[in-house]
Amino acid sequence: MQSNRLGWILLAPTLAILFFFGVLPFIYVVYVSFHQWNPFAADPHMIFNGADNFRKIVFDAEFLNSVGVTVLFVLFAVISELVVGYILAQAFMKEFPGKAIFRTIHTLPLIMAPIIVGSVWKLMMTPSIGIIPHYLNEWFGITVNIGTSPVAAFTTIIIMDIWHWTPLVTLTLIAALVSLPPDPFEQAQIDGANKRQIFFHITVPMIAPAVVATVFIRLMDALRTVDEVWMLTGGGPGSATRFVGVHIFKEVFPKTNYGYGSTISVIVLYLTIVACWLLYVTMLAPRNKKD
Amino acid sequence: MKKNNPIIAIVFWSLVSFLTLFPIYWLFVISVKPAVQLFSTPDVILSDPYWGNYAKVWGDRLLRSYMVNSLVISTGNALLCTILGFFACYALSRFKMAGKESLFFWTITNRMAPPAVFLLPLFLLMTQVYAVGDFRLLDTRIGMILVYCTFNLPFAIWTLRPTLDGIPKELDEAAYVDGASSWKVITEIVFPLCRPGLAVTLILTWVFAWNEYLLAATLTNFNARTLTTGLSEYVTTTGTEWGIMATISVFTLIPALIVFGLVQKHIVAGLTFGAVKG
Repeated sequence: MQSNRLGWILLAPTLAILFFFGVLPFIYVVYVSFHQWNPFAADPHMIFNGADNFRKIVFDAEFLNSVGVTVLFVLFAVISELVVGYILAQAFMKEFPGKAIFRTIHTLPLIMAPIIVGSVWKLMMTPSIGIIPHYLNEWFGITVNIGTSPVAAFTTIIIMDIWHWTPLVTLTLIAALVSLPPDPFEQAQIDGANKRQIFFHITVPMIAPAVVATVFIRLMDALRTVDEVWMLTGGGPGSATRFVGVHIFKEVFPKTNYGYGSTISVIVLYLTIVACWLLYVTMLAPRNKKD
Repeated sequence: MKKNNPIIAIVFWSLVSFLTLFPIYWLFVISVKPAVQLFSTPDVILSDPYWGNYAKVWGDRLLRSYMVNSLVISTGNALLCTILGFFACYALSRFKMAGKESLFFWTITNRMAPPAVFLLPLFLLMTQVYAVGDFRLLDTRIGMILVYCTFNLPFAIWTLRPTLDGIPKELDEAAYVDGASSWKVITEIVFPLCRPGLAVTLILTWVFAWNEYLLAATLTNFNARTLTTGLSEYVTTTGTEWGIMATISVFTLIPALIVFGLVQKHIVAGLTFGAVKG
């Protein structure tokens, strides 16, 4: 076995970059989170206020509301994406003419920049120029206005997220389904198991790691989403689509509450890491270690 | 198993494809409409396209320079992340270093940070600390290449790890017995075997860097501005220039489409973060 020195040399550039652009800014944010600070004020001095920011967070209705909205968003979006993604992945397991083309088309939204996805949906949904509110009104007499209706705005964001990210779920599940061994399925059919039993007792446990990996990626990204939502609704109307990422953005930029914004970030980052670590340790790591 | 009826499959997939493509099609429709027509009844069928927006965007020297910046930054960043990620994964998969699994998990936590708050420390570091003489890292292409590593390098490491773990150690050991140097083993034996994984990593990191908006909007002001930041410049207090915005979006979409088309086939295995052995 070679010496570990070579290993550390190979890792060094990665660690250096992550230290200078990830760790140092993080230390700074932690430092600021103990201060009251508005860098754009006439008197831009940091005032140390101990754990006041952290105390404030617990009773901050706006923050708690943004956490609630985010959890609701992640639940609705990720569950719908899993269901739709699974149906599509199963459909892709069969042979039919033009399969390659359909698969390419289905993957397209994945490569679109979040900011562009936001503007596309803005172009479709803005009441004065959008096509969807126009025809919903003309054909069904339904008035949809994402600028004034919280439900419409929230639903639009969920639909946009499903449109944007279902392809990722589909691809992950295709990869999982392709690698399933056929034997257990044949055995189950011989034993007379019905479709529902096969699905819940064989398919689900076997594709579980892929599902967890998808939830992991989506959770991580959903908690820091800003671009799409900012572009489409700006977090409104009211606080209907004010997800945690947007909330922090608003706290830092329009309100310039830099110290408090840092505190929220530290807490959110901590919660994200804990959630992802639990997922990783319980579901993904044991499997990776096996072989 | 149900019988395969190709007609049903095609109808089903046409419907799905329609839902997938419609927003992209609508983007295109908006981009070929003159501003005055935008507020009339929306037509689904395109008639008499107006190419003025395209001429305007293509003729804008500023936007062209944004495009060059985007190309340089995302290509540089993708290459850097893929190569460094490869080295890091080789180290993680081959050596028995203390705490390497914690280190592996730690890398991905860099991707979880809510970006808004990290903009200011990065801004301060890049103007005041990472500076030599007159040179400041802020608003430079190299600066953006390094900043994008915070989210792309962890992704590269997590995507490449299963590939490296999948290559048997015996292969390296046999080469060492034959007297090959470590450098030779890494570059001439292991590297070629990882090619499919490396290709997927390269393309995905490229797409992520190409699509990034928030960091670019804050950490550049003129010299290194990217195409995505050009979009928001057309949302002004006096109104939004929808047509121009849609056109820039189309321009942003095309290179990503071409690059993505190149690796369509390999993409499935690359997206799964190692949960599935392909």
